[in-house]
Amino acid sequence: MTDISLIGQPISRLDGPLKVEGQASFAAEFPIDGMSYAALAFSTIAKGRIATLDVGEAEAAPGVVLVMTHQNAPPMGPMPMMLGPGEPDWRAGGGDNLAVMQDDQVHWNGQPIAVVLAETQEQANYASTLIRASYEAQPAVTTLDEAKANGTAESSVFGHVHKVAVGDAEAALAAAAVSIDVTYRTPFQTHNAIEPHATTVVWDGDELVVHDANQVITHTAYSLAKIFGIEERSVHVTSPFVGGAFGGKALWQHQVLAAAAAKLAGRPVRMNLSREAVNRTIGGRTLTEQRVAIGAGADGRFDALIHTGTTVTTQRGQLAEGFIGPSERSYAAGAFDLECRLAFQDIAPNSQLRAPGNAPGTYALECAVDELAVALGMDPIELRILNQPERNPTDGRPFSSHHAVEAWRAGAERFGWAKRNATPGAVRDGEWLVGMGCAASHLGYVRVPGGAARMTLTREGRARVEIAAHEFGAGTATALSQVVAERLGLAFEQVSFVYGDSTLPGLVMGGGSQQTASISASVIAAQHALTTELLQIAGDASPLAGLTADEVEGRDGGLASLDAPERHESYAAILARAGRDEIVVEAAAPPPQEMMDWSIQSMGAMFCELRVNAVTGEVRVDRVLGSMDCGRILNARTASSQFRGGVIMGLGAALMEETQFDERNGRVLNVSLAEQHVPVHMDVPEIDVIWTDIPDPQTPMGVHGLGEITITGATPAVANAIFNATGKRVRDLPITLDKLM
Amino acid sequence: MNPFTYARATDAADAVRLASTTQAKYLGGGTNLVDLMRETIERPASLVDVTGLPSTIEERADGSLLIGAAVRNTALAEHRAVRTRYPVLSRAILAGASAQIRNMATVGGNILQRTRCAYFYDAEGSRCNKREPGQGCDAIDGHNRTHAILGASPACVATHPSDMGVALAALDAVVHLQGARGTRTLPLTEFHRLPGDQPELETELEPGELITAVELPALQLAAHSTYRKVRDRASYAFALVSVAAALEVEGGTVKDVRLVLGGVAHKPWRAWKAEAALRGGPATEQAFRTAAEAELADAVPLRDNAFKIELAQRTMVAVLGDLAARTARGDM
Repeated sequence: MTDISLIGQPISRLDGPLKVEGQASFAAEFPIDGMSYAALAFSTIAKGRIATLDVGEAEAAPGVVLVMTHQNAPPMGPMPMMLGPGEPDWRAGGGDNLAVMQDDQVHWNGQPIAVVLAETQEQANYASTLIRASYEAQPAVTTLDEAKANGTAESSVFGHVHKVAVGDAEAALAAAAVSIDVTYRTPFQTHNAIEPHATTVVWDGDELVVHDANQVITHTAYSLAKIFGIEERSVHVTSPFVGGAFGGKALWQHQVLAAAAAKLAGRPVRMNLSREAVNRTIGGRTLTEQRVAIGAGADGRFDALIHTGTTVTTQRGQLAEGFIGPSERSYAAGAFDLECRLAFQDIAPNSQLRAPGNAPGTYALECAVDELAVALGMDPIELRILNQPERNPTDGRPFSSHHAVEAWRAGAERFGWAKRNATPGAVRDGEWLVGMGCAASHLGYVRVPGGAARMTLTREGRARVEIAAHEFGAGTATALSQVVAERLGLAFEQVSFVYGDSTLPGLVMGGGSQQTASISASVIAAQHALTTELLQIAGDASPLAGLTADEVEGRDGGLASLDAPERHESYAAILARAGRDEIVVEAAAPPPQEMMDWSIQSMGAMFCELRVNAVTGEVRVDRVLGSMDCGRILNARTASSQFRGGVIMGLGAALMEETQFDERNGRVLNVSLAEQHVPVHMDVPEIDVIWTDIPDPQTPMGVHGLGEITITGATPAVANAIFNATGKRVRDLPITLDKLM
Repeated sequence: MNPFTYARATDAADAVRLASTTQAKYLGGGTNLVDLMRETIERPASLVDVTGLPSTIEERADGSLLIGAAVRNTALAEHRAVRTRYPVLSRAILAGASAQIRNMATVGGNILQRTRCAYFYDAEGSRCNKREPGQGCDAIDGHNRTHAILGASPACVATHPSDMGVALAALDAVVHLQGARGTRTLPLTEFHRLPGDQPELETELEPGELITAVELPALQLAAHSTYRKVRDRASYAFALVSVAAALEVEGGTVKDVRLVLGGVAHKPWRAWKAEAALRGGPATEQAFRTAAEAELADAVPLRDNAFKIELAQRTMVAVLGDLAARTARGDM
């Protein structure tokens, strides 16, 4: 390899200039002749049937092309479901199994009941307000208490049941010298990316083209094909730019409705969801109620860890906010009792929202550890270090790479943890109570099967990699271009990365913090195929003659022997001798065996200093530090942005984020960004991030996911700092000022 | 948004004439009205744009300020006389909305902002007596953490969202009006109504009547004034409770005081009882607390907003204490 590695360099995002110049076309910005514009009308009951639906006035409104309801929608199959119960359908992209707009049944308050197409967006919006519906309502389940009373069910994801029992945890808890046993609650949160969900669709005969804000393009193409009963290759989904995804930019009803309405009208359709539509039809994180009990010896070693509780979902989707993950792998204990059960409410299908399960689960676990540290009179960092496991504590697998202690020590040093006053409420600055808190971040490693890449190498020494992957602002294309250039021995500028198109190779989920690992594995496989072919055509005249693909590396614009780097030949020379302009190879990533053999996880130590106003209960966060152990960092700039973004989401979850439901009818109340609070600039302090940058020997390119990790620890770090500041332990999020008065 | 016609007025008389048709609305910066039109809460048949009307701030010989109704919030907050002689007003404006919104919003429009009650906004799915008189109120037994604790009625528990209006109520501001029947003035404290059994009527404006200016009388103690807003995040959130106050202390005795609460009622809530209790009494924390408790004695909590009673009292005490301390230090 070249002496100065491209990997890790803080190269600015390739898509940055396009975005600041307004040249990047998002899903709602594809111009198509004959476009019509869509608006939705929503149900106002949570369960029942539509009794009457009067669309006459809407149809007669200026510019209206048509109104589609369950009475005239084309026949469509049910939504293929991505993460439901039973055998996973790896190609599916939907959040529930409902057939869209096929009958008069209402399943949640805010379900689309009609689509209006008009010549302009304004005309469609206006006409949608003229639709009149009446309902025959049935009793709906709109509270957790009702849902629990109806009975709970086992939960699982990808066939992994959320239940772990090791030893007799209750007995160990009862016998423990010191223990805590508390319940935490976390609320619903809705996806509210800066770019609302949007899609532009056009039919060409039986061919369907969808320009979509999307992080699962191939899954979406497959699912739409199933729904419309057409060949998968007849559906073409593009998503060149996405204005924030966070797990929410998957397949929802709006893409299905837009395609159906386009079919009905025989015209292209743009459906750009209003913020209200996002909040009524796009699911997010559901609420959890979690008991965490930890029993410890007087020395602080955990005898028992109990983490059980309930999360809400729908009967139609059964996706769990699986909060026990962090407790399965983060601390050693004599006995474990971990279980996440499902309760069913009549709500929009919930989905993955950044660090699903891990975020609420880490909040509960890490606050409980803090509570135990107080009960023990121990420093919470020393307590965590004391209980670090040697291997995965619940399944016994070895860790692939585990540097939690280094992260804690480095973070504590940089943050100045030693200056913390351990006595709650002891530090005051005028009206303000000052506190410091810490918490671990946890996130398990995932690499979903299906990765593949096409690699093209030209005689000019340029490489192009094509993968059906996604760029939602994280810097994926930039970081992976660095990887490709480094591995091939090319300059960064000689590499291009093509993505955001479902006709490209691979089945890549742009979620689960797994895209980088998936792409890395695909790139390695494709490079191996490319090298094999290069050596084949190089022939006996090449200095590389006789070497195999495993005996060479990309170096200085060509291939070189690993053992004897002077045995080198440029790509240009190899191709020229063979009379080839270019070589094109395609290869699939190997199955994710590393996930079977090893316990792989990202972790981090999160620190927070904040103030709580003694008069009003207002919280102001002064500084945050994350000390991360997330494998090899491919690009220091994009990685630190990812880390900081997660921290901001964690602050929001701690202090203000909540989707408010009226429990009388299951209707979402705060459907605008004025009322659905997320942190504004003034709420976000300086965020410092450092990392170990230790490559994981078991993962492709040594990487872990890092898109979601920091959100998990930031929330409990804030909650623990609030306790340190005030002596008040608030166990239900968000921690608004009324809970601190 | 419903279809509407648009006309731009050249002066107040022209505006009143243009708005004499039924279902006309005056359009200022549009930062609230246009939102409400998009949500179909407001469905005016015509809009009369009054942003071309006087937007000057006139410093008059008697020491008063006459602020044109079309003055933008930013211009008012930045005005030198306002910052030095009425700092509570600058602070209140800057505590509201965002810079972009303040650049658009006008003084007249700010006073006429409508409530942010979620049920008021949900035209399709919720009942609201303010939006549809006689329909019922879903807020009284629903999510009402941000709702009124003072002066509410069984018909409506909404709050007035303005920050600027809270400061104006503390400054004895007078609203200048012009209508088909001529001009008149009203103290700001009498301009907004409590909901009673007609929550759809939010002000004393006659149909077609226009706010032309807001007058701030010369008020010496206003130089010793401030605004404190308590909310769920550091910026861009409506007040859970806000306090506008002006205080004049002489020899440890309260010589004069102005005290107004925001976020607690259907209008900026002038704390007349607390003011009366404070005037002539000692400027002590105990006296501030007693006065604040007197003002909140009649407060009625709803399911989710009982905390506002204590929060309002604490904030009043803190603001008065802060003003008294700064006066004592001579740094105001």
